[in-house]
Amino acid sequence: MKKSVFLGALTVAGLAAGAAAAATLDDVKARGTLNCGVSTGLAGFSAPNANGEWEGFDVAVCRAVATAVLGDPNAVEFVPTTGKTRFTALASGEIDMLARNTTWTLSRDADLKFTFIGVNYYDGQGFITPKALGVSSAKELDGATVCIQTGTTTELNLADFFRVNNISYEPVPIETNAEAQQQYLAGACDVYTTDASGLAATRATFETPTDHVILPEIISKEPLGPLVRHGDSEWGDVVRWSLNAMIAAEELGVTSANVEEMSSSTTDNPEINRLLGTEGNLGEMLGLEADWAKNIIMQVGNYGEVFEANIGESTPIGLARGLNAQWTDGGLLYAPPFR
Amino acid sequence: MSDTHAQSVGYVQRSQIPPSPPPATEAGAVRWVRENLFSSTANAIMTLLGLLAIYHLAVWALPWILNGVWNADSLSECREILDGARGACFAVIAERWNQLLFGFKYPSTEYWRPTLAFVLLLVSASPVLFSKLPRQLLVLTALYPFVGFWLIWGGSIWVPVFALLGIVAGYYAFKQLERQSFAMGLIGAVVAAALFWWVTGFVIPDLSRIIPISLPEVPSRDMGGFMLNLILGTVCISLSLPIGIVLALGRRSQMPLIKWICVIFIEFIRGVPLITLLFVANVVLAYFLPPGSNFDLILRVIIMITMFASAYIAEVIRGGLAALPKGQYEAADSLGLDYPQAMRLIILPQALKISIPGIVNVAVGLFKDTTLVSVISMFDMVGMIRGPILASTDWNGVYWELFIFAALLFFIVCYNISQYSQWLERQLDTGHKR
Repeated sequence: MKKSVFLGALTVAGLAAGAAAAATLDDVKARGTLNCGVSTGLAGFSAPNANGEWEGFDVAVCRAVATAVLGDPNAVEFVPTTGKTRFTALASGEIDMLARNTTWTLSRDADLKFTFIGVNYYDGQGFITPKALGVSSAKELDGATVCIQTGTTTELNLADFFRVNNISYEPVPIETNAEAQQQYLAGACDVYTTDASGLAATRATFETPTDHVILPEIISKEPLGPLVRHGDSEWGDVVRWSLNAMIAAEELGVTSANVEEMSSSTTDNPEINRLLGTEGNLGEMLGLEADWAKNIIMQVGNYGEVFEANIGESTPIGLARGLNAQWTDGGLLYAPPFR
Repeated sequence: MSDTHAQSVGYVQRSQIPPSPPPATEAGAVRWVRENLFSSTANAIMTLLGLLAIYHLAVWALPWILNGVWNADSLSECREILDGARGACFAVIAERWNQLLFGFKYPSTEYWRPTLAFVLLLVSASPVLFSKLPRQLLVLTALYPFVGFWLIWGGSIWVPVFALLGIVAGYYAFKQLERQSFAMGLIGAVVAAALFWWVTGFVIPDLSRIIPISLPEVPSRDMGGFMLNLILGTVCISLSLPIGIVLALGRRSQMPLIKWICVIFIEFIRGVPLITLLFVANVVLAYFLPPGSNFDLILRVIIMITMFASAYIAEVIRGGLAALPKGQYEAADSLGLDYPQAMRLIILPQALKISIPGIVNVAVGLFKDTTLVSVISMFDMVGMIRGPILASTDWNGVYWELFIFAALLFFIVCYNISQYSQWLERQLDTGHKR
């Protein structure tokens, strides 16, 4: 009897602690910084530069959320996480959100009890091959030797792809990306396959990147997005709409250069007005200032600007927009209306 | 008469003939080469093969090193400068050396602090390492943990000062109670120190306001690079030595409770890989602690590595204790010494001497194991290389140069530790040769 009372009290205390911890937005505001989990280092997505400042495409999402909540893109405490520590860091409350090129899957959503708030990068498995081979499509790879990281989903995707297309291949199993680069450059395999963004980053490190071509076929779905814990939907909304604001801004033609001018007076487009807070009270609904989205666009940039600055075609990574173009340009980016 | 002499004179040498030089083949460098390199056909073949291997290695490595580019902003710029020639891109070390040594978040204006702390470490460790130095210098050693802490982490000077005073208070309590018994002294010391810290805990904030002597504070999260390896290595080895001694003695104790606690602790820790303990420190503890509490990550890791190392050192020292002849224990007893005295004066000095090679072995291994913290997303030397530097768009693809640099630093430290231990063994080799 006594024991059950004690356990009951413990449960209540635990629930109370959970409820107290649930108001992440208030916690972040009180703390004055956002704790954001990022990768310990992934070219173009998150890495500290020579001055120790974090830069990258995932880092920009963290900065956008910090700007929306606190008005300062530098009010972020970046918590580096590895593939092994990322989920526990989020579940234990060490970080408020995770932006670490994490693939959105059902089990991570439901079983690990996280909420993916959207997709900031649509990735997928691709192929890289020397230009000298004269291959222009993955379907021409019949009989090729393929370097592949063992024990990953890429291995299974590859087998599926070749079976569906009824062509044969010879796998060369390798352990890490670094090893794969060496093997591929040494000519141990005709093709190397992994996530397309990884291929682009790998190609950027080659001595003559232009001698290698990334084939157009993408054979798997890897939607990468930021995520938060279950149980605090208000906070999830803030993160979700911070990302959506960046996407919508690009669609509406709002850039860091013209946002000041556009927000100084009401424009002809009511959606831009609502986004920038000159009309309506969308910020208030989220528990943020009226100019939250304007701050994001001014201090971090819209989706397109961030993409171009970190992983776009002008950078060494050199990724094309592809699936990550606006829906109006034939991509998958589609921010729900700001209304 | 003179004739007889005249005959023998030719055979009498009146002065010593100067020693003639040995044949050219039996002297100097030629002899050394003949004896050591070409003493037999098999040896000669091996020598030639060895020379060939060295030649090929040099032809392969020397141009790479000598062609090295030290001044560039990125790997692609390195390649432009090299223009197709083989050569290393040392520019990455030239640009990121500070990150490799101090981590990427340690404020660059404060680099003098860990550097000074490192120099002071060498100075204050020397009286412990070299027994010929004056014993008064041990005061430096005793002060160092507090000075080092203050230099590296910064903050108000009053925190380490009062921590030190607390230890002093504990020492006096120990001295007062030691006459009653060793254990009483120990308990008294702990109580006195804890009491002192508890009381001064209220004073420190006010004192820091009135007499503000402080260095800019650097949180643990900002530590990194080789500095982190050195911090972890030094702290964990110096903590694990006393704990290891206590565990070793505990395991040989005749009191079942103490004995079994020590046995279980040692066997459990030795049965678990270090990386598992580190994951526990980083990941699992976060679940048990109340949400929002921020138990310093470095402290967690130090506790885990110390536990790990002390279990190993305990076994090494237990080997030393077991190697002592039983007569030594009996001699101590017959002199009327009690247990602490017998251990301190007779048993441990001999047992530790025997254990030196084993302890150094554990220390060197432990120092290298500190690179494992890169797996739990701490940016030590290897973590810095694998994470931020290789992930930057500028330096992605530079492997050899960075890892050679890391290997060089680790080699310097580990080689010196092992050289010291060999020297120490020769110094302590006062026993009889068997």
